[in-house]
Amino acid sequence: MARRTSLYEQHGTAGARIVDFAGWDMPVHYGSQIDEHHAVRRTAGMFDVSHMTVVDLSGVRVREFLRYLLANDVGKLKTAGKALYTCMLNENGGVIDDLIVYFRDDTHFRVVVNAATRDKDLAWIEQHALDYDVAVKERDDLAMVAVQGPQAREIAAACLPQTGRESALALKPFNAMSIEDYFVARTGYTGEDGFEVILPAEQAPGFWKALAQAGVVPCGLGARDTLRLEAGMNLYGQDMDESTSPLESGLGWTIAWDPAERDFIGRRTLERQKADGVANKFVGLVLQARGVLRAHQKVLTGNGEGEITSGTFSPTMECAIGLARVPKGIGKHCEVEIRGRQLPAQVVRPPFVRMGQTIVVVEPHESEES
Amino acid sequence: MSDIPGDLKYAKSHEWMRQGEDGIVTVGISDHAQASLGELVYVELPEVGSELSPGDACAVVESVKAASDVYSPVEGVVTEVNEALADQPELVNEQPYDNGWIMRLSDVNKDDVAELLDAEAYQATLEED
Repeated sequence: MARRTSLYEQHGTAGARIVDFAGWDMPVHYGSQIDEHHAVRRTAGMFDVSHMTVVDLSGVRVREFLRYLLANDVGKLKTAGKALYTCMLNENGGVIDDLIVYFRDDTHFRVVVNAATRDKDLAWIEQHALDYDVAVKERDDLAMVAVQGPQAREIAAACLPQTGRESALALKPFNAMSIEDYFVARTGYTGEDGFEVILPAEQAPGFWKALAQAGVVPCGLGARDTLRLEAGMNLYGQDMDESTSPLESGLGWTIAWDPAERDFIGRRTLERQKADGVANKFVGLVLQARGVLRAHQKVLTGNGEGEITSGTFSPTMECAIGLARVPKGIGKHCEVEIRGRQLPAQVVRPPFVRMGQTIVVVEPHESEES
Repeated sequence: MSDIPGDLKYAKSHEWMRQGEDGIVTVGISDHAQASLGELVYVELPEVGSELSPGDACAVVESVKAASDVYSPVEGVVTEVNEALADQPELVNEQPYDNGWIMRLSDVNKDDVAELLDAEAYQATLEED
């Protein structure tokens, strides 16, 4: 029996097509995935992401614990509410999960991890927390709604408890605050401005209805995937996993090498990889022919073969885009093998789209030149 | 509730087939199939002149989320493909039984046609799912 979020009924009312996602009945779209995508780029959309796992960590040594557990350094988090994106690595430098960690106060941090990795994440965190006397509490009493788009913050703020509206609008990117029972973060997974709101499950339907009434478009996991791909954001299990190094997954920027004396799980392996140099790099691709890029398609370059890790049709750019792990020195062009045919693709640096605008410079397609 | 016209034949793999008076048949995918796939963004068409056997993967329809094969419901030779789908793949979503057709076949094996489902039987397969 699949699990359902507290918003399941709202999805039905809004005409959602429900699919199984990591053991949850989740909306993939509400009629048009492409319209939902555009709503987030142009106005405001909302996603039920209550399937994600919220974990509260507490204890006197919680900061010290997280500085050991995570590859990015929570030592950077100086002010309450500040958030950090990071990988959680195993000893071999493979990625157990990627997550956002929020600093609440000196003895309390909150992390949000992926639904599909919930069990192994909790086991890993609990195992290591013992040494630091840190309490690990999964918050399955909470729901989570992401409101994203150029108008998202303004509309969402009006649906928050009155006492906190002004301060919510004053939040800086990658900062969060508590407003009564709501935990409001200026974070997201779309490349647009917006909030992610964590709130008591029983209050989520009311918040969702208020947002819908204010014109926020319900969006499914389908649009969430095309938006994050355009934004050049990795998806765990597809773009990286325990067999890949963050250094070959475009995540080198999330590793805090300084201070050198900070030991974190996976550090030794990563330092060796960095010294020896890794063979692959992580790039964006834009297909210069008709077709759609998909995960696991082969990338052909002068320096050897690579592989697409995520691919889709980009509703904003109206062409196929993808993320790929490829040999270093790939240059600006390559070919992708799609059903036995070799099609030209342009190599770009993600993100493709940010804040409603295409930011990669796309060369004309071959089919348009001829 | 998906639309299943009574004058067409269907394959379990969700293709429909319309018999023309000239012996040419038209093939597309059902309303149920297009709704399951979601909005199409690309259609790869077969080559005119291809000789197909029943069950041959002959076209590919790609939605934002996935690519799916289209199988020939019968033996036959491709005489025409719907070129309009190159620029407007969404026609398959909007009019799956009309302007969203995929290919036309000649030299169709009548025994294969007899094996296909009528609307009622196809409806029943959808209810089993």
